[in-house]
Amino acid sequence: MAVITYIESSNGKIKKSGFELASYASELAKQMNSSAIAVTINCSNIKEIGKYGIEKVLKINNDLLNEFNAKLYSDVIVQASNNFDCNRIVLSSSSDSKYLAPLVAAKLEASYLNNVISLPSNLNPLTVKRTAFTNKAFSDCCSSSAKIIIGLSNNSFGLVENSVSVIEEDFKVNLVNSNLSVKSTEKSSGKVSIADADIVVSAGRGMKGPENWNLIEDLANTLGAATACSKPVSDMGWRPHSEHVGQTGKPVATNLYIAIGISGAIQHLAGINSSKIKVVINNDPEAPFFKAADYGIVGDAFEVVPKLNEKLKEFKLQNS
Amino acid sequence: MKILVCISHVPDTTSKINFVESDTKFDVQGVQFVINPNDEFGLTRAMWLKENQGALVDVINVGLQTSESTLRKALAIGADRAIRINAEPTDGYFVAKQIAEFVKENPYDLIIAGRESIDYNGAMVPGLIAGFLDIDYVTNCTKLDIENGKVILDREIDGGKETLSGSLPLIIGGQKGLVEENDLRIPNMRGIMQARQKPLDTLEPFNFSPNTSTLKFHKPEPKQAVKLIDADNLDELINLLQNEAKVL
Repeated sequence: MAVITYIESSNGKIKKSGFELASYASELAKQMNSSAIAVTINCSNIKEIGKYGIEKVLKINNDLLNEFNAKLYSDVIVQASNNFDCNRIVLSSSSDSKYLAPLVAAKLEASYLNNVISLPSNLNPLTVKRTAFTNKAFSDCCSSSAKIIIGLSNNSFGLVENSVSVIEEDFKVNLVNSNLSVKSTEKSSGKVSIADADIVVSAGRGMKGPENWNLIEDLANTLGAATACSKPVSDMGWRPHSEHVGQTGKPVATNLYIAIGISGAIQHLAGINSSKIKVVINNDPEAPFFKAADYGIVGDAFEVVPKLNEKLKEFKLQNS
Repeated sequence: MKILVCISHVPDTTSKINFVESDTKFDVQGVQFVINPNDEFGLTRAMWLKENQGALVDVINVGLQTSESTLRKALAIGADRAIRINAEPTDGYFVAKQIAEFVKENPYDLIIAGRESIDYNGAMVPGLIAGFLDIDYVTNCTKLDIENGKVILDREIDGGKETLSGSLPLIIGGQKGLVEENDLRIPNMRGIMQARQKPLDTLEPFNFSPNTSTLKFHKPEPKQAVKLIDADNLDELINLLQNEAKVL
C-alpha cells in the first residue's frame, strides 16, 4: 500500500512542479503510514527529489521515451505501480500528465480525481478537495476504489522540505511502439511557459493593438514572467492561442497575476482565479476585474506599465 | 468515415454558480445549458470533415431528458443522428464506460470529445474511452486533418505545440483552435426544422456504477476589497507586493 508519483523532467532536469509533487506524495505517504516512490524518465538530477521526503526513486532510461508519448509513459507508470503494489498515484496537472492520467486510470481500473488542492481530509474513503466549475467553486470528492489517482493542481500545495537520502533503482519497462509519432515541436524558446511561471503578465484589448505588446513583454522580462492574454486578443489574432487564458483557454494558477487592460469577464476570471495575488491595471474604475483583484491601479496602461517596469528594474537591481 | 462526437450538456459560461440541497447539488434554476464549448469546437470540425470529405456524424450524450435540447442543437448544426444514454452523468468514469460500451457495438473511425467539460472539469472522458477500447488518443487537440486514413494533429503543450501523425481509429480531446471561434455555427431555421426529423435515439444505460462521488460543494470565500494604489505611487505597489503579499 504505497504511494507512487511521476516526477516530470525537461531536458533531463526535474521540472519545478516536480518538487511540489514530491512534497505532496511524501506527505500523503506519511498520512497513510506508508512510503512514497518516485518514477523518473530519462532524468539526471534525481538526488534532488530526496530534499522533499522521497526515499526511493525509480530510474527509467529508454530511448523510446526520449519524446513524450502518453501511451508509452502511461505504460511506464502502470508497470511501476503494479510492480511495487502502489494504490495511490499522484500526478501533476501539466498538459502531459493530464493527458496520460486517464490512460493510467483505465489500465489500472483506478478512480481519477484531478484539480486536487489539498491532502485528503479522510483516508477511508479517500476524500479530497478539488476545484470545479472552472474555479468558480470547490467540491469535496471521495472514492472507495482500490486504486486512486490524484491529479494535484499546480501551485496549490507548495513545497515541504524534508531531506532524506535517496535510494536509486533502475527499473526496466516493456514497451510496445505506438502508432502516434511526434513530427515536430514548436516551443517559444527562452520564454517561461504559463504553466511553469511564478508570475504571469497578461493583457487585454486595452492595449489597443499587437504593436503595443512590447510594453507587456518588457515588463514580463523584468519579472521573469510568462505573457498571457484575454480571449478577444487571441480571437483577433493579436497574440497566439497558446497565450489565451480563461475558461476556454489555459488555466493559470500562479503566485502573481498582473492583468493589464483586461476588463475581467466572468470567463476570464474563472480561468485565473486560482492565482494567489492578482494585480489589475485598468483605466476604467468600473472594470469588473477590480472586484476580483488584490491590488488595483486606475490609470492608463501606456503610462503606468513603462513606469512600473522602470521601478521594478531598479528594485531588481537593488535586491539582486 | 464515421465520426462520433461526445456532447456534454453544461451551464453556459456566464452562469452564476450556486448549490442547493445542503450544497450537494448544482442549482439549475435560471441557468441556461449549452453544448460544452470544447465539444462544440470538435463538433464544428466534424461538420467541416462531413462537408469536405464526406462523413456520417453522430452525437452522443449521457444524460437525462433535460439534455435533449442540447442534442437537438447539435442536430440543427448538422449532425446526422443523436444518441442519448438515459442516465444521470454522475462522474467521468461512468460516462466514459457508457460511451465505450456503445462504441464496442457501434464502431467509429473517429471519436471527438472536448478536452474537459467546463462544469466538473474531470478531463478524463476521451482518455478513459481510449484506454477502455485501446484506441490511440490525442488531447488538447488544436488542429485535425485527415487524408487517406492518415491523421495530422496539433497538440497544445506547456509553452508551445507539437505536431503528431497517426492513423484511424482515433479519439481526440478537442479545444479552441480545432476551429476558430467565429467558425462556430448558430443553427439556422432550416437546420432547426431538419433537426426535428432527424433520429434522436434513447438507450438504456449499461450496467456500471460511478467510482467517485461528490459529497459537498463550496463557493469561494468572499474576497477582500481591492487595495487601490495611486498611479503616481508605484513604489507603494512594489512595497506591498514585496512585504505584504510576498510575491516579489
